[in-house]
Amino acid sequence: MKMDSQMVMDFAQVSKTYGKVKALEDITLNLAKGSSVALVGHNGAGKSTLIKLILGLIKPSSGRVRVFRQEPTSGAFNPLRCKIGYLPEQCLFQKSLTGRETLIFYAQLKGLKAGKFNDSLERVDLAAAADRKVGTYSKGMRQRLGVAQALLGAPELLVLDEPTSGLDPIARQNIYKIIGEEKERGASVLISSHVLTELDDRIDQVAILNKGKLTAMGTIPILRRKVKMKSEIILSAPKLVIEQIEKSVGTPRDCTRKRDGVLSISCDPENKIAILEKIMVFGAGIENIEIQEPSLELVYNAYSNSNIGGAQDV
Amino acid sequence: MSRILVLAKKEVRDGYRNRWIILMTLVLATLALVLSLLGSAPVGTTNISPLAVTVVSLSSLSIFFIPLIALLLSYDSIVGEEERGTLTLLLSHPISKTSITLGKFLGQFLILSFVIVVGYGAAVLALSFGGDIAIDQLQWSIFFKLLYSSILLGGVFLALGILLSICTKDRGTAAAYAIGLWLLFVVLFDMALLGVLSSTGSSFISDEAAKWIMLSNPADAYRMFNLAGSSDTAVLSGMSGLRDDQGVPNGALLSLLCAWIVVPLMASCILFQRKSI
Repeated sequence: MKMDSQMVMDFAQVSKTYGKVKALEDITLNLAKGSSVALVGHNGAGKSTLIKLILGLIKPSSGRVRVFRQEPTSGAFNPLRCKIGYLPEQCLFQKSLTGRETLIFYAQLKGLKAGKFNDSLERVDLAAAADRKVGTYSKGMRQRLGVAQALLGAPELLVLDEPTSGLDPIARQNIYKIIGEEKERGASVLISSHVLTELDDRIDQVAILNKGKLTAMGTIPILRRKVKMKSEIILSAPKLVIEQIEKSVGTPRDCTRKRDGVLSISCDPENKIAILEKIMVFGAGIENIEIQEPSLELVYNAYSNSNIGGAQDV
Repeated sequence: MSRILVLAKKEVRDGYRNRWIILMTLVLATLALVLSLLGSAPVGTTNISPLAVTVVSLSSLSIFFIPLIALLLSYDSIVGEEERGTLTLLLSHPISKTSITLGKFLGQFLILSFVIVVGYGAAVLALSFGGDIAIDQLQWSIFFKLLYSSILLGGVFLALGILLSICTKDRGTAAAYAIGLWLLFVVLFDMALLGVLSSTGSSFISDEAAKWIMLSNPADAYRMFNLAGSSDTAVLSGMSGLRDDQGVPNGALLSLLCAWIVVPLMASCILFQRKSI
């Protein structure tokens, strides 16, 4: 853990209840300067509540929330809001304004200098549509405009609620590219998503929320290991070679012949290299090797459906 | 303060972009023109100012129309933002809830003022150019009274609309309440009061009390201000029979209208703070 002073966002045992409903329970989570965390959970897992706490729109029922070392609901936090870039989950901008006018409006609210914001629009590929009314935009374009809005004024903390929903793969990659650039600039990024597979390697940490509780936190590889998912090695080779490999690798229950000439070996991720070494002895005989890591979706399901691990021991 | 203006500016821009301003101005001007032409026809040659006739007609129009357009303009101020998902975004900016409320109100107030001044102004100008009265002979003071009291009346219902938009959970409900509010103040209140006064129950209500009950309705305060406020309009509208003690000073009526703006706005600010986002 880094020093406290470098924490852009710091949650300590935060709970939030609405009446009898526990929206968030005992959340301890922090975000260091220049790092990124993805908040993953089903709809209703508490992602939006957590984001509202960060923005100071609601007060925690118990626990302590600090953003830029201030309590977000306090009056002293107000000027610090300029340092936050926020993209709401679903955001329908005023249809009658153009994309550029929308950006200018939010820039003025942040107290930024007036300008044309060509660069901002360029960055999300909206330069050509800048002076068209938002009403004519497609869903993806509106989402990109939202991202451009969040990036206004080079914020130190980016809070993006489902930034890639409704985007095609290329636009999604572009968003992650921007997130990467923002991190390099020194910004901290918190993004939420309900689709784990949409996450990208540029995200340092993943926090999995399930029914208001933080069920897991860590890098993607660590999460994979903790849940004890098997990696799968799939190789194609002539029948004879396959039989030899099966013997050499040992434990036959891990090996399944999928069809003629294709063998699948499932193994613990940490044994993967050792097994590969054994296989490579047969080098020339092997036609193809493919390694499948447990998909993020499987990891996510494992965490959502059982009570593996806790957030503390990462 | 500057952020209130930013918000007001956006509100105004949105108003002319979606053609709301131009449409309402045209509707108001047309209605005003028709009413004044019809209204001035039977006067013939009297020594009553033709503008007074127009003002009496227009103030009757205002009582129905201005609360309606004001409520239309403001009923979804906050709840609309909430439904579009932009309210959390707005609140994540360094702007207080009070500033948001005041910014919205200011923008809508400017729009409504423009609509009223241009709409009624156009009608009166058309009338004076078409008619045989020179502009400099018109009694401008009663027209200006009509203008600023109409704007105040609009302000009252803007403030009430904003209050509605904060108390309701979705736009549909807000719209329903807006219509209800309009009916209550503009139609039902007077009917109920008239019913009570013409029944035997009236003996329990003193003249003085009846007067103040009536004036607690901003629409009636507005009517009183325009109809009984000058001798010309009073004659035309049958208000000249009022005894001295039945009249209410114009200052009191204007303060009443202003209070109807300030109190709902303050309530809006307080309830907005408490609203769960």
